[in-house]
Amino acid sequence: MLEVKDLHVNFQTFRGTIEALKNINFSIAEKEVVGIVGESGSGKSITALTILGLLEKNADIASGEITYRGDNLLALSKKEIQTIRGKKIAMVFQEPMTALHPTMKVGEQLSEVIRRHRNVSRKEAKRLMLVALNDVHIHQPEYVAKQYPFELSGGMRQRIVIALAMAAPPDLLIADEPTTALDVTIQHEILQLMKELNEKKGTSILFITHDLGVVSQICNRTIVMYAGEVIESGETKDVLYTPQHPYTKALIEALPDGKNANVPLKAIQGEVPNLMERPIGCAFASRCSHVMETCKTNPPALAHWQNQHDVACWLERG
Amino acid sequence: MELQPQAESVQAQPVKKSALLYKLKKNKLTMVGAVILGVIILAAVFAPVLTPYNPNMIDAANKFQGPSWSHWFGTDEVGRDIFTRILYGARLSLGLGIVAILIAAGIGLVIGTISGYFGGMIDQAIMRTMDMVLAFPTLILAMALAAALGPSIQNAMIAIALVKIPVYVRLARSETLSLRESLFVKSAQTFGIRPFRIIRKHIMPNSVSPVIIQGTLDVGDAILLIATLGFLGLGAQPPAPEWGAMISIGWKYLLDFWWYPTFPCLFLFLSAGALNLIGDGVRDVLDPRSSR
Repeated sequence: MLEVKDLHVNFQTFRGTIEALKNINFSIAEKEVVGIVGESGSGKSITALTILGLLEKNADIASGEITYRGDNLLALSKKEIQTIRGKKIAMVFQEPMTALHPTMKVGEQLSEVIRRHRNVSRKEAKRLMLVALNDVHIHQPEYVAKQYPFELSGGMRQRIVIALAMAAPPDLLIADEPTTALDVTIQHEILQLMKELNEKKGTSILFITHDLGVVSQICNRTIVMYAGEVIESGETKDVLYTPQHPYTKALIEALPDGKNANVPLKAIQGEVPNLMERPIGCAFASRCSHVMETCKTNPPALAHWQNQHDVACWLERG
Repeated sequence: MELQPQAESVQAQPVKKSALLYKLKKNKLTMVGAVILGVIILAAVFAPVLTPYNPNMIDAANKFQGPSWSHWFGTDEVGRDIFTRILYGARLSLGLGIVAILIAAGIGLVIGTISGYFGGMIDQAIMRTMDMVLAFPTLILAMALAAALGPSIQNAMIAIALVKIPVYVRLARSETLSLRESLFVKSAQTFGIRPFRIIRKHIMPNSVSPVIIQGTLDVGDAILLIATLGFLGLGAQPPAPEWGAMISIGWKYLLDFWWYPTFPCLFLFLSAGALNLIGDGVRDVLDPRSSR
């Protein structure tokens, strides 16, 4: 349904050009839940914003194609992309605290979006609004609709944001760390809710997170990003249980195992490279424990290897 | 023990408008300003009840009478009652001052939010025009505009409104620039809401409070400007009972008949001062950054 091909995005700054995304390739099928994992600054959110055409003005899409049902989103005019946003592809942001209009009642906000996407009367929009609130498991929808965002808890707000995103309803929901700002029990409820929306309404989800636990719960496929590149991608169970890339392996090893409280957690040494001066070879080379001579000079491409899923590493090629 | 769902956590108290009023009331100087302005407004509204005279009634036999029980503030060079003229003048000065600022703030808010939201060429064009207007001293520009439009009190009001617009454009624009980057505006964009609706429903309501603060502070200024234009002969024309025009004629008689220019001056001072006190109070309430 959505296909991202050879996407390169640069940012022009006073200090130089930042290569934020380099050679991104992935696709999302109908009704699929795809997870993008990576640490802060790895380009996860930039990927999402690029799909919706919401990059800042200093961003430069150097090359690539994002095809949605045959249309190249990058070639659409501002007007055309507006008809896609919200209606076909909607987004949920990380912070439910600030993603809602602070001085408008949540019911009004929801009605506004519903009226934008469906040609209905005010009265009908109000009814649909209450149904939508009910769909995201808000009890007493009539009461909550009259509340302002500051009167609601974080979990409630995130439900409202999801209801807003699902108003059209869209084919694809991009969720940019929707559970990061929430505590664990609420996080679980929100994940269940998204899973349910995916199953009941058939909405595909692109789930952006840095939490491998979240990925394992709801994603069919997982993409691991590092320094603006896809370094591993495949079925979630393959990526998590038989990781190929040393970075993915290190990430999984860094998770607490819940048994030995006395063992210090493993951390990955070093830092993410400065994207203004991208290393010539593999971006992970300076932190990799299996680094070889070739890694320092030749960047590995994402490829199949031995019936495994896709990985960008020289190590796997023997 | 049975656990009850926590109703309180859901039913948070909505902010009451009276809370803002309460904060305003706590500020003593604001209350002084409000009382003074309230009295002047009431007097202006009930002028026909408070005085038996007509503001333009000539009574040559009683010219230059000093303050007395029949003429509280005395009479002028053709025997008109100064107290009466001041009350009717308050209608002109306060009314037109408020309308001028409402026009300026309204237009400024619209232009400023559009300019800030779209940026680019539109923003450059609008802001450079505003810079041009701001480059002139307010009074000189207002005088030039009033003279060009033809001296009358309505034209004075229009001139003041035009001169005041750039201040509001700047305020609304700077507020919009930060709101535009806020997540709720971004998410409204991702939900597909159209730009003009975002400006109207999402940005304007949240950028209006600095405009209101500036507006309340500016009404006093506008009243002074109207009086100044009147004084210079570019605003209200005689025999209109406008304070500036009264002072303009009256100051020549200051040494012999002190009451003639003094009372209009006093009322001008009181109303402009009262409006400034109220403006300060409103700022303290609406602007969280300046609250003590």
